[in-house]
Amino acid sequence: MTSKDNRRLDLILAAGLIALVALPWYRFNGGFFGLEWLGELYSAAKVRPGAVQALTGRWQLWPVIALIAVAAGLRFMRPAGPPRGKALAWVGAIGIAWMLAEGLSVGLRGWNWGLLEATFGDVAGQPAFGAGAVIVGVVFALLIAFGAAERGALKGDAFVLASITLLVLLVAVFVFYPLVSMFTGAFQNFDGSFTSEGVRNNIVDPKIWSLACLAGGNCGIAWRTFFLAICTATGTTLLGLVFALVATRTGFRFKKSLRLLTVLPIITPPFVVGLALTMLLGRSGSLTQVIESATGWELGRWLYGLTGIWIAQMLSFTPISFLVLIGVVEGISPSMEEASQTLRSDRWRTFRKVSLPLMAPGLANAFLIGFIESMADFGNPLVLGGSGGVLSTEIFFAVVGAQNDPARAAVLASVLLVFTLSAFLAQRLWLAGKNYSTVTGKGDGGRHIALPRRVAWPVISVAVAWAAFTITVYGMIVFGGFVKVWGLDHSLTFDHYIRAFGVAWDGGIRWTGVAWDSFWTTMEIALIAAPLTAAVGLLTAWLIVRQRFPGRSVFEFALMMSFAIPGTVIGISYIMAFNLPPLQMTGTAVILIACFVFRNMPVGVRGGVAAMAQLDGSLDEASLTLGAGSARTMRKVILPLMRPAILAALVYSFVRAITSISAVIFLVSAKYNMATAYIVGLVENGEYGIAIAYSSVLILVMITVIGGFQLLVGERRLRRPGDTSAAPPLAKDAAT
Amino acid sequence: MTQKRGAVEFRAVRKNFGAFTAIPDLSLAIEPGELVTLLGPSGCGKTTTLRMLAGLESPSDGQILIGGQDVTRLPADRRDVSMVFQSYALFPHMTVGQNVAYGLESGGMKPGPARERATETLDLVGLAGLEKRLPAELSGGQQQRVAVARALVLEPQVLLLDEPLSNLDARLRRRVRTEIRELQQRLGFTAVYVTHDQEEALAVSDRIVVMKEGRVAQMGSPRELYESPASEFIADFIGEANVVDGQVVSVEGDVAQVELGGATVALPARGLQPGPARVSFRANAVRVTTGGQGIAGTIATSAYLGDHVEYEIDGPLGRIFVVDDESETPLRPGSAVVLELRPRGLALIPEGT
Ligand SMILES: Nc1ncnc2c1ncn2[C@@H]1O[C@H](COP(=O)(O)OP(=O)(O)O)[C@@H](O)[C@H]1O
Ligand SMILES: [Mg+2]
Repeated sequence: MTSKDNRRLDLILAAGLIALVALPWYRFNGGFFGLEWLGELYSAAKVRPGAVQALTGRWQLWPVIALIAVAAGLRFMRPAGPPRGKALAWVGAIGIAWMLAEGLSVGLRGWNWGLLEATFGDVAGQPAFGAGAVIVGVVFALLIAFGAAERGALKGDAFVLASITLLVLLVAVFVFYPLVSMFTGAFQNFDGSFTSEGVRNNIVDPKIWSLACLAGGNCGIAWRTFFLAICTATGTTLLGLVFALVATRTGFRFKKSLRLLTVLPIITPPFVVGLALTMLLGRSGSLTQVIESATGWELGRWLYGLTGIWIAQMLSFTPISFLVLIGVVEGISPSMEEASQTLRSDRWRTFRKVSLPLMAPGLANAFLIGFIESMADFGNPLVLGGSGGVLSTEIFFAVVGAQNDPARAAVLASVLLVFTLSAFLAQRLWLAGKNYSTVTGKGDGGRHIALPRRVAWPVISVAVAWAAFTITVYGMIVFGGFVKVWGLDHSLTFDHYIRAFGVAWDGGIRWTGVAWDSFWTTMEIALIAAPLTAAVGLLTAWLIVRQRFPGRSVFEFALMMSFAIPGTVIGISYIMAFNLPPLQMTGTAVILIACFVFRNMPVGVRGGVAAMAQLDGSLDEASLTLGAGSARTMRKVILPLMRPAILAALVYSFVRAITSISAVIFLVSAKYNMATAYIVGLVENGEYGIAIAYSSVLILVMITVIGGFQLLVGERRLRRPGDTSAAPPLAKDAAT
Repeated sequence: MTQKRGAVEFRAVRKNFGAFTAIPDLSLAIEPGELVTLLGPSGCGKTTTLRMLAGLESPSDGQILIGGQDVTRLPADRRDVSMVFQSYALFPHMTVGQNVAYGLESGGMKPGPARERATETLDLVGLAGLEKRLPAELSGGQQQRVAVARALVLEPQVLLLDEPLSNLDARLRRRVRTEIRELQQRLGFTAVYVTHDQEEALAVSDRIVVMKEGRVAQMGSPRELYESPASEFIADFIGEANVVDGQVVSVEGDVAQVELGGATVALPARGLQPGPARVSFRANAVRVTTGGQGIAGTIATSAYLGDHVEYEIDGPLGRIFVVDDESETPLRPGSAVVLELRPRGLALIPEGT
């Protein structure tokens, strides 16, 4: 055991040494991956490694070097064992704490806080952490983990300890640090000094909190958003239930194809529905024109505002509620209903007295999901909001518009966060344990009874009508890309596609279309983010399900909670956190990738947890007792068995990276523009044709990817009939 | 194949799960080459004990030694033990051969030799020629043997088995337990075997450790446990004895005269002094007759089971459970009977009541 302990210490100490003497300590313009720094590593001041920086007057780096030296000393002078482990863990912890302290205290222009300047005198400013600093930080984190392993924590499993430490570090940096930065940002002036003025002004702003609408005026934005979310949640829950009942409890002929609806929210970029609605019902929408010419009424701009947003959200989120409620409706044990029938209750009474009450917790769950989705929605309000937006769009305009008022953005974001987190907490704490569904999936025989006739007919009619509306709206999307000028000139054309995706040939291929740039960036970033998301998510799932460590439930809870943070809040907190040292990455691809990874990771976690729950826990233990370490167990046993879950996580995070807009729109830059942000730009310029054409192409790409995935997994199932570890249906992940 | 034989020792081991203490204080020594069963009712801490030995749980306090070496802080993958899981835990995506070779390759053996060794071991457990199958394509009994082979191939100092028969049907159970015992005797490895079935424990063990609420209630050979239970709990748990009140009349040397429901019988004194005592009273400790010397009683219930008849009999000892394997026709409830004592099924219980 001693040799293994020493070998991994040697590795990270070597990494630490290289990072200190041979890698640029600070971030610099031109970029680490440009590799031009290699030539001038010791000459140019900005790319000097940490050791040289320390020698040339940056005293704040001496403790870092000293700590690494202490760690090396411990490695070579002391035998492996609990005492040394404890010392190493302390070195790591102090190292992290020191880097945190000095990184946050010394900014670009010297001390960040006046108090420190008064106490210690002047200090030279420092740029953000670069490659060297990041690697040394990781080395410190691993020292904590390996030290704890030597002490025998978690049965001395270094792999597990290292994974936990790094995950905690990553989540702290990419979830909690941004949120904290956002809140502190609200209390800062432009020059960084403390002020509570902005917050005080905004927190009582009647534009946010006014309840005047009760007396006929206009309500504040917080209440408007809340009201909208309640309406959307109610509507989608009811419609979702209608669809779920039709799909599971009627003899409706096309109920199989109804399920196709559930794929829609996954493949539709969030603003597309709003866009299609504009084309149908907007001022010059086709339906508007038909009605106006038939009746002579002036319909005007009724669509822009809460009504329009509500319709768009109903279209967007009903499928999600449908998906959740199919599970609920199917999960009710048929024998309950059969029992009720044998107790002299007819179908109607059974439905009212048994089925519906059993569904109640599931309905509440669907309601809360709809509520959170509506609150977090950014795309539809952006397209349809008109003058009166909702919280998420207001946050956006508070920072990008003329006002640039971070305090206001922070206050609005906090309000939004409180709403969504309350719903999330209600879902987790109050609804947990109130689930009557039979989760075993085994069922106890019997079949669900059909709906009583007096319910079935209305339910089917509503479902068919809504499905027809959905199809019309999506038809608009396809059709709109081929129409010259919507509302004015309906002659067909390929112009939009050519302008967006034109390709010329002169000796080599030239991507002349305007969309290619953002398209390729999107693909590239989505392709990088997807495997990272899947890896981080599944590793976390494995830790949560299979390892028992102190704070595990807190860890899981915090992770899941991060899913309830609206994208807009994430976007704003990222730009506030990562715009200045110690961690600076706005305008890079890294920030986009980090955003996708940590935003979509909870889905990977949930998928992984579900898949792992089906794997017998003694499989890992068997592998351990057969002499395989945790890493080998992971590679040889867990990963092969989880292949469908991994594929699902990959596909899902890829698709999410393509369709998301709310966080992305804050983080894109001229160099790294994403498709969705680009499309929103087109919409704002009124170039609907290209926007729609581009959206259709994105949808097509995603259908292809998902179809391919289904084929792959389906094929696997055919090959191995005995295999029960079927892939969790992709769509389910979108549901919560 | 030669097996290393390791001794096992638990020294004052305690295990807490949060605030709950599953094992308060366990000390235990297992000799090399011995098959020891941990026996006890469900929830008494057998699996926890076994998992601590495997390194899958770490003790909250105390020491565990394998082959004389302190392994308390050694993780599972570095301990020289292997385990047969209750669910077998065969890797469903690997063939039988790959499953058995897995541990060897974990230890750094090349795939070629590992496969050969796997084949040899599969022969040993009677599964020659099934290397290419997936676990799902085997019967329950075969899967069980693969699990044993996968553990044995590593030639561990100690083989751990956690209720290895619980997923088999009753008929197969008897056969497989004989096979496991036979294999253990042939190869001579040390084995720790967990079960809650006293018959299984009696059949396979060199020694049995009976556990109760995380403590050792008694440890000894099957005969010792059956014939000289140390407590009422043991008497009841091993062989479902009646525990009745008796009276030690006199003690001479090691022999006590014990009065039981009016009859007197000579039993090993086990350190008891004259006075009231509790007596373990096996169901086959009496002959049921309709006349003669003994304890008088009345039949309360009777059940005919082919080769024997089971009675519950009311009498001076309260209601006792008795088996009669001699008479052909069962007596009816209400009949008066006399129970003739046979000393072999009786034992004084040393602890105070
Ligand atoms: N991981 C655990 N967390 C909490 N309690 C546990 C855990 N494992 C076992 N226990 C408790 O410890 C006691 C002993 O369990 P176990 O060793 O599995 O019993 P046995 O195998 O004898 O049936 C039981 O009361 C059980 O509930
Ligand atoms: Mg058990």
